[in-house]
Amino acid sequence: MAEIIQQEQSGGKKKAKKILPHMDMTPMVDLMMLLITFFMLTTSLSKAKVMEITLPEKIRDPNQEPPKITASRTLNILLGPDDKIYWYPGRVAEEDYKNLPPVFQTDYSPAGVRAVLLERNRSLFRTINEFERQVLEGRIRISQDSVQKSISRLKTDDDTGPIVLIKAYKKANYGNFVDILDEMNICGIARYTFMDIAWYEEAMVEKAAGITSTSASSN
Amino acid sequence: MPKIKLPTKSPKIDMTPMVDTFAVILVFLLLTSQMRQPEPTNVDMPFSISETPIPDFNSMTFLISNDNRVFFNVDNGSDTLLKFRRKILEEMGNHYEIQFTNAELAMFEKYNSAIGVPMQQIKEYLNSEMSARKNMETGIPMDSTDNQLAMWILYSRKVNPAVRATIKGDAATEFPTVKKVLNILQDKNVHRFNLVTSLEAVRINLDEIQQ
Repeated sequence: MAEIIQQEQSGGKKKAKKILPHMDMTPMVDLMMLLITFFMLTTSLSKAKVMEITLPEKIRDPNQEPPKITASRTLNILLGPDDKIYWYPGRVAEEDYKNLPPVFQTDYSPAGVRAVLLERNRSLFRTINEFERQVLEGRIRISQDSVQKSISRLKTDDDTGPIVLIKAYKKANYGNFVDILDEMNICGIARYTFMDIAWYEEAMVEKAAGITSTSASSN
Repeated sequence: MPKIKLPTKSPKIDMTPMVDTFAVILVFLLLTSQMRQPEPTNVDMPFSISETPIPDFNSMTFLISNDNRVFFNVDNGSDTLLKFRRKILEEMGNHYEIQFTNAELAMFEKYNSAIGVPMQQIKEYLNSEMSARKNMETGIPMDSTDNQLAMWILYSRKVNPAVRATIKGDAATEFPTVKKVLNILQDKNVHRFNLVTSLEAVRINLDEIQQ
């Protein structure tokens, strides 16, 4: 709606006055506000992020043995119910189900599982951290693309860090699963994988969490 | 005391600079943001430190809601001419012996939300109103007797070999449902997936490790 301000003409002099074409911008401001509000509500500024995970191939051939791993480096993490983690080092054979080793209880807080992982992964974590600092300070001149590659090479070369086997109890939730994988990335764990939980491990979780066992030894 | 005479001016403010400002904000929003994808159900994503952005195309998404329903979504590919969605639905129709009309295929191609209906109902689903669709979404069946999710994966990979699996789950989803989806993916030889997460800043330094 354009509005033209006209100045009053005084006297009988017929003099063409300059007409100032002034437009009222208020409706346009209203319109702009409306559009901005609309776009703020229907769009999202931040793009969702993804975390990559690779699962091991299924063993289809019954004669094929699962890969052997050193028991001394193995760390089993059992995702329990109610946001709790139960973990035990080493390996438990199926035959020992009568006297299962005790499990340690922890949680997803920085003082919980992260401390456990960092304690075992200290040397690799230090190496990676030192490398990153040297890159930041410019002592190592390397292109940004190669940084990730170098870190993954450091991880491959490492032979002291833990081999983490993650297993989820049936009462765990998806958030726990993502959290623990995230902890693996935070702590720079070189070797970790996600596995099916064994029935004796379920029993270990149930015993530690005080759940009465529902599933008897099925497999 | 003499009265102060205020000049009688109309209290009008020039709105032009304000319009300019808003125009700048509007352009900024248009350029930096993208349309939020409509989703059949609300999903609270878990947090992680990962900073890799979600790929724009060549991805099949498994949406797992916290009431244990699984939805499937796949994109049309990097070029609209590729029409992956249409081809996948045609393949699925052949497998389940359902004949889709051209209009139904076009509808499926443009429908950008995840689908969560069994194949037997998908024809009815595509032909019904938006409000009626909501009630039909019971999740994709994935039992061993009628594993439609596996078929979706199979034909998506057949039509678009470059497709990557992306799992978008609610943080409160019970694990057995997720495990089922992971198992089906592993059965179909998909071993690398992306898990969709929201960004959370976590930084730890050497001081945190006590020695």
